[in-house]
Amino acid sequence: MNELFTLMKSELVLTGIIFLLLFIKIGKGVKNETLLPLAQVLLLANFVFGFVLNTEGRLFGDMFYTTHLIAFQKNILNLGVYLITLLCADWLRKTPHLAEFLLLMLSALLGMFFMISSANLLIFYLALELATIPVAAMANFDLDKKKSAEGAMKMILSSAFSSGILLFGISLIYGSTGSISLPEIQERLDGSTLQILAFIFFFTAFAFKLSMVPFHLWTADVYEGSPIAVTSFLSVISKGAVAFIFMTMLFRVFTPMKEVWQVMIIILSVLTMVVGNLFALRQQNIKRFLAFSSIAQVGFILLALSSDDFHMGSTAVIYFVLIYLFSNLAAFGVASVITERTGKENIDDYKGLYKTNPFMSWILALALFSLAGIPPTAGFFGKLFLITAGASGAAYWFILVAALNMIISLYYYLRVIRAVFMDKNDNPIEPLKLMAPVKLGMLLCGAGIVLAGLLSWIYDYIHSL
Amino acid sequence: MNLILLIGAPLLTALAVLAARNKAQVKWISLAGSLFQLGLAVALLLAFRHERAINNTAQMLFEQQHLLFKTLNISFHFGVDGISVAMILLTSFVVVAGVLVSWNVEKMTKEFYFLLLLLGLGAYGFFISLDLFILFFFLEISVIPKYLLIGIWGSGKKEYSANKLALMLMGGSALILVGMLGLYFLAGNTFDIMTLSKTTIPAEYQHILFPLLFLGFGVFTALFPLHTWVPDGHSSAPTAGSMFLAGISMKLGGYGCLRVATYLLPEGAKEYATIIIVLSAIAILYGAFATMMQKDLKYINAYSSVSHVGFSLLGIGMLTQTAITGALMQMVSHGVMTALFFAVIGMIYDRTHTRMVGEMGGLMKQMPFISTIFFIVGLCSLGLPGLSGFVAEMTVFVGSWQNPDLFHRIATIAAAMSIVVTAVYILRAIGKTMMGPNTNEAHLILKDAAWNEKLAAILLVGGILAIGIAPGWLNDLLQPAAEEIMNRIAGK
Repeated sequence: MNELFTLMKSELVLTGIIFLLLFIKIGKGVKNETLLPLAQVLLLANFVFGFVLNTEGRLFGDMFYTTHLIAFQKNILNLGVYLITLLCADWLRKTPHLAEFLLLMLSALLGMFFMISSANLLIFYLALELATIPVAAMANFDLDKKKSAEGAMKMILSSAFSSGILLFGISLIYGSTGSISLPEIQERLDGSTLQILAFIFFFTAFAFKLSMVPFHLWTADVYEGSPIAVTSFLSVISKGAVAFIFMTMLFRVFTPMKEVWQVMIIILSVLTMVVGNLFALRQQNIKRFLAFSSIAQVGFILLALSSDDFHMGSTAVIYFVLIYLFSNLAAFGVASVITERTGKENIDDYKGLYKTNPFMSWILALALFSLAGIPPTAGFFGKLFLITAGASGAAYWFILVAALNMIISLYYYLRVIRAVFMDKNDNPIEPLKLMAPVKLGMLLCGAGIVLAGLLSWIYDYIHSL
Repeated sequence: MNLILLIGAPLLTALAVLAARNKAQVKWISLAGSLFQLGLAVALLLAFRHERAINNTAQMLFEQQHLLFKTLNISFHFGVDGISVAMILLTSFVVVAGVLVSWNVEKMTKEFYFLLLLLGLGAYGFFISLDLFILFFFLEISVIPKYLLIGIWGSGKKEYSANKLALMLMGGSALILVGMLGLYFLAGNTFDIMTLSKTTIPAEYQHILFPLLFLGFGVFTALFPLHTWVPDGHSSAPTAGSMFLAGISMKLGGYGCLRVATYLLPEGAKEYATIIIVLSAIAILYGAFATMMQKDLKYINAYSSVSHVGFSLLGIGMLTQTAITGALMQMVSHGVMTALFFAVIGMIYDRTHTRMVGEMGGLMKQMPFISTIFFIVGLCSLGLPGLSGFVAEMTVFVGSWQNPDLFHRIATIAAAMSIVVTAVYILRAIGKTMMGPNTNEAHLILKDAAWNEKLAAILLVGGILAIGIAPGWLNDLLQPAAEEIMNRIAGK
C-alpha cells in the first residue's frame, strides 16, 4: 500500500487536483479570477512535490514502473503546464469554461504521466489515448471560431488514424513476440521481417504524434486554429511527452533492431529538418511560423535519437526538451498576449514592437535566439549536445546537414527579430500592460533561457539519473 | 593574474550599463569599464613579461580549469600565451576607442553600449579559452550583438547587410562545429586544446577536418571567396561596429585558423598550404584592385581590409616561423590600423554626412586634426616604415621568402606587388578628400575633432607607433608562440 503511494505519487496528486477542480465546478462554481490562481498554485505545489520522495519500482505486475529519470521527465511536463497557465492567463481568464479547460488539460497531462511510466503496451496505448483525446476537445475551445473547430476536427481524425496504425503495429508485435510487456518484448526481438514490419507501423504512430515529415500535415492547421494555450500545449508538452516515451521505446525496448531504426531515424530527421525549415521560411502567421519551426526542432531531437551512445542521447534529448520548453513557451507567451489583446497574428504586425513593448520584445528575441541555437542562450547548449550525441553514431554528412539547417533556421528567426527591432511601422502594436502572472511566466522563461545552459549541473544531473 | 577578470570586467560593465538611469551614466560607466579592461590588458602584458623574464617557460601561463559539463568533459580552461596576450591588448584598445567614438549615439544609447560591451566580452573570452567548446561559445556569442548593431544603428542597406553577415558567419560556425566534433570523437572525447595538441590524429582524418575548420574560421577572417560579407557588413555598421568587426572580429577568425586548424591538424595544414597561399594571394590582389574602384570611404577600407587580412592568411599558409610571426603581427597591426581608419571615416561622416570621396575636398583646413590622423593611418596602410603596417608585412615577406621554391616565390612577389596598388588608392583618397580646394560650401563651417574623438585617435595612433617604431616587444610576445606552432608542424 505504501509502495502504491510513493511510486504513483505524481499521478495520485494530479488526480487529486483534477477531482478538486471537478468538485469546485459542480459545486458552487467559482469565478475565473479565483480559479486560475488556485490552479496555478496547485500545479506549482505539484511541481515542487515532484522532487521529493522519489523512489524506483514496479507496480501492477510490471504494468507501471518509475525511475528517478521518469520522475524528472514528469516534472518537466508539469513545469510546462504551470508556465502555460501563467503565460496564457489573458485568454484563460476570459474563457467561459475555464474549469472544463483545466480539467481537460490536466487529464491529458495525467495521460502523459502514465504513458511515460508504462511498461506494457496495453497501458501505453490507453495512456496515449488519454493524452490525446482531451487535447482535441481543447483545440475546439474557441467556440465561436470556425478555424478552431476545423483544427479540432483535423486533430481528432489524424489522431484516430494514427491510433489505428499504432494498434495494428502493436498487434503485429504481439503476434511476433507473444507478449505485450516491454521487457519481454525486448528479450524476444530478433529482427525478423515481421517484426520490422510491426516496428514500422509502431514507428509511424510516433511519427504522427511528433509531426515528423511526411506525417506532419495536420500540424500547421491545428496549431493555427487552436487557441494559443492549446497550441503551446501541443507543441511543447505533447511533443515532449511523446519524445520521452519514443526515446524509451528505442533505447530500452527495440535495442536489438538498432540498425533498422537508426537508418529510418536518420532519413526522417533530415527530411523533417529540411522540410520544416523550408516551410517556416514563408509563413506569415506567427502561429504557423512557430508550428513549422517546431517541426524542424523535432528533426534535431531525432538527431540525438540516432545516437550510438544511448545514455548520452537520452540525456541530450531530455535536456533539450527542458530548454525547448522555456524557449517555445516564451515565444508563444508573447504571441498569446498580442493575439488576445489586439487580434494581430501576422509577423508584419510585429514591426516596431520594440518601440512600444521593449520587455516583450527582449523575451521574444531571447526565445527566438534560443530556438535558433545562438549563445549565450540555453538553446545553444541544447542543440549542440543533440548534435554531439548524434555525431557519436552517425555519419559526418548527417551532422553537416544538421549544422547547415541551423543556418536556414537562423534566417527565418532573424526575420521576426528584424520585424521587431528594425522595421518601421506607422501603426505599431500599442503599449500593452502585462498581467502579473504573464509577466512572472515570461520572467521565468527568460531566466530559464539564460540560465539553463550556463548552469551546467542541470545537464550533469540529468546524466546522473 | 586571474584571467576570469577579463571576462568578469566586461560582463559587470555591461550589466551596470543595463542598470544605468540615463544616457550620461551609460557612457561614463562604459568608458570607465573599458578603461579598466585596458588596464587589465596592460597588467596582463606586464605580468606575462615578468613570468617569461623569470624563465617560466610553460607554453600557457596563468592557466586555470573549472569543470563545466562533467559528463561531456567540457571545462572552462583558460590560459594565455604570447599570441593571446597580444590579441587581448588589441581588443582592449579597440574597445576603449569604440566607446569613445560612439559618444554621440543618441538612439537607444543603453542598448547600443550594452551590445558593444558584449562584443568585447566575446572577444576576450575567445582569446583566453583553451577548450574548443568554450572557444566556440565565445565566438558565437558575438552573432547577436553584431546583427543588432548593424541592423538597428547601421546605415544604407543595413538589414540586408546584417542578415548576410549573420548567415555567413553562422555558415562558418556550422563548418567549425562539424570539424570540432570530429576532433572531439577522434581524440577520445575531449575538447581541450592542450590535450588535443598532444594527440596525433590520423592523417586521413586531418585531411577531412582541416578544410572544415580552416574554411569555417576563414569565413570570419574574410578568406577569399568567403569574404563577401565584409564590404557590406563593414560599410553598413555604425562606426564603432565597423571598428569592432574589422579590428577584432576578423582577428577571431585568423586566430582560429592558426590556433585550432593549423596547430591541431598540422598534417592537414601541410596538405592544403598551397591552396591557402593561392586563395590568400588572390584575396590580396583582388582586394587591392577592388578598392581602387570604390568611391565610398567605408567600402575603400572594407575592401582594403580583405587585402590586408590576406597577408595574415598568406603568412599562415607559408608555414615558416617568421611568416607565422608576421601573420600574427599583421593581425595586431591591422586591427589597430583598421579600427583607427573606421574611426576617422566615422568622424568625417558625422560632419560632412557623406562618405563619397568625390563629394569632399580640402578638408585639411577645417579639420586639421582629423586630416592628420587620416594621413597617418593611410600611410600605415600602405606600409610606410616606422608605422605598424610596414613591420608586419615585411616580416611576412621575409618569412615567405624562406621557402626556396618557385611557387612560394611567385606568390610572395604577387602579394608584394599589391603594395603599389595600395599606395595608389590610399594616396588618391587622401588627396581628394583632404587636399585641394574645398568643393562644397557647406563643409566650410565644419568643426574639428571633439575631445572624445581626439582621445580615441591618439590611443590608436599610439598603438600604431608602438608597433612601428619598437616592434621588439611584440616580436618577443609572438615569436616563441609561433615557434611552438612550427615545432608541432615540423613534428618535433
